[in-house]
Amino acid sequence: MHKLLASTYKEFLLLTRDIGGIAILFIMPLVLIVTITIIQDSTFKTVSETKIPILLVDNDKGSVSETIVKGLEESNIFEVIKINIEEDAKNLVFKGKNQLAIVIPENLSSDLENKINQNVEGILNKFGLDEEVIVENQPKKVFLAKEVKLYFDPATQFSFKNSVKNEVDKMISRIETQSIYNAFQKQITDDPSEIIFETENFISFKEILPKNKDENILPNSVQHNVPAWTLFAIFFIIVPLSINIVKEKSQGTFVRLRTNPVSYLTVLGGKTVIYLIVCLIQFMLMLLIGIYLFPAIGLPTLNVSGKFPLLFLVALFAGLAAIGLGLLLGTIAKTQEQSAPFGATFVVILAALGGVWVPVFIMPEFMQTLSKISPMNWGLNAFYDVFLRNSSLLEIVPEITLLFLFFIITTLIAIVYNEKKNAV
Amino acid sequence: MIEIKQLSKKYKGADIFSVSNLDLSISEKDIFGLLGPNGAGKTTLISLLCSLIKPTSGSFVINGLTYKKNKNQLKQLIGIVPQEYALYPTLTAFENLMYFGSMYGLKGNKLKIKIKAALQTLGLSQFSNKKINTFSGGMKRRINLIASILHDPKVLFLDEPTVGVDVQSKNVIINYLKELNKKGTTIIYTSHHLNEAEAFCTKVAIIDHGKIITQGPPKSLINDQKNANNLEDIFLALTGHALRDHA
Repeated sequence: MHKLLASTYKEFLLLTRDIGGIAILFIMPLVLIVTITIIQDSTFKTVSETKIPILLVDNDKGSVSETIVKGLEESNIFEVIKINIEEDAKNLVFKGKNQLAIVIPENLSSDLENKINQNVEGILNKFGLDEEVIVENQPKKVFLAKEVKLYFDPATQFSFKNSVKNEVDKMISRIETQSIYNAFQKQITDDPSEIIFETENFISFKEILPKNKDENILPNSVQHNVPAWTLFAIFFIIVPLSINIVKEKSQGTFVRLRTNPVSYLTVLGGKTVIYLIVCLIQFMLMLLIGIYLFPAIGLPTLNVSGKFPLLFLVALFAGLAAIGLGLLLGTIAKTQEQSAPFGATFVVILAALGGVWVPVFIMPEFMQTLSKISPMNWGLNAFYDVFLRNSSLLEIVPEITLLFLFFIITTLIAIVYNEKKNAV
Repeated sequence: MIEIKQLSKKYKGADIFSVSNLDLSISEKDIFGLLGPNGAGKTTLISLLCSLIKPTSGSFVINGLTYKKNKNQLKQLIGIVPQEYALYPTLTAFENLMYFGSMYGLKGNKLKIKIKAALQTLGLSQFSNKKINTFSGGMKRRINLIASILHDPKVLFLDEPTVGVDVQSKNVIINYLKELNKKGTTIIYTSHHLNEAEAFCTKVAIIDHGKIITQGPPKSLINDQKNANNLEDIFLALTGHALRDHA
């Protein structure tokens, strides 16, 4: 015990003597979480303060184009900039000056109305309801299908493109439906005030949210980002920790320790205690940022009411898992050039597998299977369980057990590897 | 004290043995010098005796103990002054010594008193609270030595303890080692300073190509060799004048 305390104190001294290192350990994760949350917040916000400017070439100048413009403006996502020439819009978008241009074709409104009227008349004739005289075998006027052109900046992300396409598609479907109703209305009655069709949507959606004491738990960018990026920062501890171990080897102190009557477990124990404290301080700082700084800069407040003990528990076990990995990497690596880039890249891979960037459920099946063995996935799930799913201690036991087992296994491998390598 | 039998070491990928079927006996309270050109096998032999590397074959016993059976007892019995400084550069001299002393189970005032006494003897008292990275090479060598003797080892291994230090530091180190020897510590050290070894050691062994080519008290060796006035003459006569560069 005395040797463990001495080792812990030594690690404390080594860490506190490296002011630059401490600053990086504590400040960089905070910068990371603030930056990412600000960037991602707009995705979660229903009312966005920043609008995406889109170019609109209106060759129709009719009711349909009016409805499209109105729909885009009411979406609160876009700022519509009208432009007259399609070629200009195309150039601006393809050069990356604008993200998107929409070109509405000529006579869209009139052709759509005429096409629908033609179809409605045809239907009513079949039922014998049309009052007008039908001239048999009179050839129908052919209306060519119309195209609403979309130009995207080639650098635009696929997900953004898809969501814009869906939005425009929905708008056009709505206009077509509305036009069909109007055409029937005109054909059936001469009184425009007479309501024949209920045009309101019959089917609507209602999102049922998890509740905490009769209060809905509303997920927001902060509730999603803080756990994800806290975990990312916690796992980044493997970089300084592995460097610490490699340094011991290169400066000769590890050789001295090997000749001392002290076990490798004790040496690693001292490092574990100190770096676990670092992880927990990082975690606390991130929570404080979420609670106090985020609302001050216009982001949603992080809600931890009643969840703190469980969150702390998850952070503790996630920290242990990260430390186990750091101990193993530091034990195996021979130089800092090996441990630092590998550690950093490996954390990014674990984060990707764990679902920090892309949700696991949309990953390919193989990656989903792989993500199940990522400790960051266990940690993230445990954090989400507590933050967003209102889970109890019992429900997060499987995840924190896996994290703890990961710590035990990686530490044991490090010890066995060291023993094997240095066996006499 | 130390009995080495047919000890051999061949490193992975190496063509030749660094230590080859070596037999050696070192008595209690000896100051035993292991001398030899670069790559002769001195550091390998010390590393084997300190359990830092595994022998390819052969065995050795220190004070009746072996690493296989009495690892911790043996580690408590010996002290090692490695060729590198083996200290934490950002910790002070006192913090380094407190830490390494603690690893031998020493603690509290007893340890502090030992550290202060050793710092005093080696002329480093006023630098106790200075960080190691501000020390000169000679000062680091002395702290390196103190870190290895706080637990009063019965056997002290030193791998070139005076390399790269000024004459003053060297004298302080050698005198301190003599004091330790007087108190009962067996000293085994390697060095390239043959004059220093001649004056300091009670016995020396010249080692080359992993084998001992001669051993005995320095004066006897000099007397037994024709036209030899000092250890250097014997050394050159036995190991030759060819350069021993290796990579």
